[in-house]
Amino acid sequence: VSVNSSILVIVLAQALLYGTPILFAALGELLAERSGVLNLGVQGMMLVGAVMGFWASQRAPGPTALVLLLAVATAAFAGLVMAAIHAFLVISLRASQIVSGLALTIFAGGLGLSSYLGNDLGLANVPPKNQFGQIDVFGLKDVPVVGPILFDQSALVYASWVVTIAIALYLARTRFGLNVRAVGESPGAADAMGISVTRYRYVHVLAGGALAGTGGACFSLAITPGWTAGDSLVSGAGWIAIALVIFSFWRAELCLLGAYLFGGLSGGLPSTLPAHGYTITPELLQALPYVTTVVVLVLISSGWAKRRLGGPAALGVPYVREER
Amino acid sequence: VIRIERRLTQPRWLQFVVPIASLVVAFVVMAGVLGVTGHEPLHIYRRLFDAAFGDHAAWTATLVSGTPLLFTGLAAAVAFRMQLFNIGAEGQLYLGAIGGAGVAIWLGPHHATVVAILAMCACGAAAGALWALIPGVLKAFGRTNEIITSLMLNYVAGQLLTYLIFDSASPWRDISTVQTRSFPQAIPLQPSQFWPTLSPRNVVVPLGALIALGIAVALYVLFRSTRFGFEMSVIGDSQRAARYSGMRTRRKILAVMAISGSVAGLGGVSQVGDFSHELDASPQGLQGAAFGYTGIVVAALGRYNPFAVCLVGILLGGLQNAGLYLQGPDFPSGLVGVMQGIILFCALGGELLIRYRFSVRRRPRAIADDVPVASPEPTL
Repeated sequence: VSVNSSILVIVLAQALLYGTPILFAALGELLAERSGVLNLGVQGMMLVGAVMGFWASQRAPGPTALVLLLAVATAAFAGLVMAAIHAFLVISLRASQIVSGLALTIFAGGLGLSSYLGNDLGLANVPPKNQFGQIDVFGLKDVPVVGPILFDQSALVYASWVVTIAIALYLARTRFGLNVRAVGESPGAADAMGISVTRYRYVHVLAGGALAGTGGACFSLAITPGWTAGDSLVSGAGWIAIALVIFSFWRAELCLLGAYLFGGLSGGLPSTLPAHGYTITPELLQALPYVTTVVVLVLISSGWAKRRLGGPAALGVPYVREER
Repeated sequence: VIRIERRLTQPRWLQFVVPIASLVVAFVVMAGVLGVTGHEPLHIYRRLFDAAFGDHAAWTATLVSGTPLLFTGLAAAVAFRMQLFNIGAEGQLYLGAIGGAGVAIWLGPHHATVVAILAMCACGAAAGALWALIPGVLKAFGRTNEIITSLMLNYVAGQLLTYLIFDSASPWRDISTVQTRSFPQAIPLQPSQFWPTLSPRNVVVPLGALIALGIAVALYVLFRSTRFGFEMSVIGDSQRAARYSGMRTRRKILAVMAISGSVAGLGGVSQVGDFSHELDASPQGLQGAAFGYTGIVVAALGRYNPFAVCLVGILLGGLQNAGLYLQGPDFPSGLVGVMQGIILFCALGGELLIRYRFSVRRRPRAIADDVPVASPEPTL
């Protein structure tokens, strides 16, 4: 038990908790990017997911488990609706994916829709009625080291593992998954094979939005239950998720590891170190995940890594059949 | 059948009509959103307009909100024009404010106002440019995605700003009394360092707004009549074509990032010199305003044209000012961001009309019936 109260174990357990929203959002972005659509609106989709998830958890009647399920579903749906705007603009109207994504972040973000909804629905600083608690899986919570890290987490963490495995298998082993990759690599060839590029892109951008919404709900239902106006609830998690997709070379299983690394940096260390008597300038700790992102991105952008493990070839390019 | 085909030439009138039409559509959509959420759209629009442009006091407040957007909008426009997505104007603006305030504090009261202003501008622009050169160098030499690096540096710059005032004994922080040691406060500028204003017809025009207009003119000349500007637009259209014709894309990336960063940095200096008169690190100050991000909206709506950017900057400044003024139960905060987003979405959708042409044609079969079929080529 004394091992389990050591700082390393606590940081790692926290890394899983804080990494989960990043993981959900990164998996969603991964799906969209694999189909060839870059969505920079992750931050906005997460914030709207967070506020709508919290709203549902406050207003829905019934047993806690059911309410939380409904709340996550609401958050996912909210994220999906946000992604639909981006999908329509970039897939149907061929708008610039970068500008549209940024527009989505501004529209939905901390000074936009999420704040409007939260204030209009009266959610600011309301004590949470329902929140995700830890589940002691198979009673293994007290096992040294792995107990608190792996077996004493919330249902969202376990759900994220299932989603990760499902997406990894989907992309590698199913016909639809292979089609998505074809659409992302060479939409012209995919179109010639009879795959509907438009439909595949829509479906995956929407699915990505739903996952980003779910990621947002992790914040408002599990990590810091409640809602506050502005960006502070999610801080930079959406942007880290976008970077994480690059770090993980567009692979779901690597997203999992990266998400926990950044979960540890952005949540684990800042919440643990001061309580254990380490005095580190808080700003330095807060800036750490962002600096690390830049450093890792630089390392990964080197020619070698890019040649070996590049992203989808058609990423960011609108597909216009007539201009094939 | 409706066919969508790329226009070979973009008619000039379309570039004016489509943005204005998008704006109208955006206001119609917004009216729908307001109506659904139980507000009276026409009444709100009326009050918005009055609060933004109703009288001289409204214009003065609009210029206060709009001035930083001119800088950040121009900063984004320069970079985006070359398809260099610098979304770090936010952080570059903080750095500009830090640099400008720093040199003003260092100079002290014994200098002429002009000297102080010039020194603040030079220092702030340099600080913004250096901060922007971090993603610039990484992009030019490491081909690192500038979107993510410039954005990540925004958060780092925010933490730096907080650190300077709240968690250190930096030269920017007032630690002269017991009270300011426990309640952190920035050192204010000397009154002789406050930036002067113009006030025609009781509308107070900050010096920063004039500087931004000057920058807009300079950028217009740069884009229109210099080789540098021409090469920028070639690189923006096709990096490959630019490289093949011997343009130095790497150098251009560095130069454009530096220009973009220095313009954003000047925005920060103007915040210090024109308005706050200190390095404002509070959450409601620079960090709460999201000038840098709104600048992207401004640049995109102005289609990266410096003068259009200035016009849009003032319009959105008016919207922000009115939003702050009207904030309350029937005008929840966040509505302004929603409106900006909808306007931008409509403008993006409108781009389709500028770039593509819709033509209605008869079915191909009907044509085939009329036209005599040419005899097939003899095959060998």
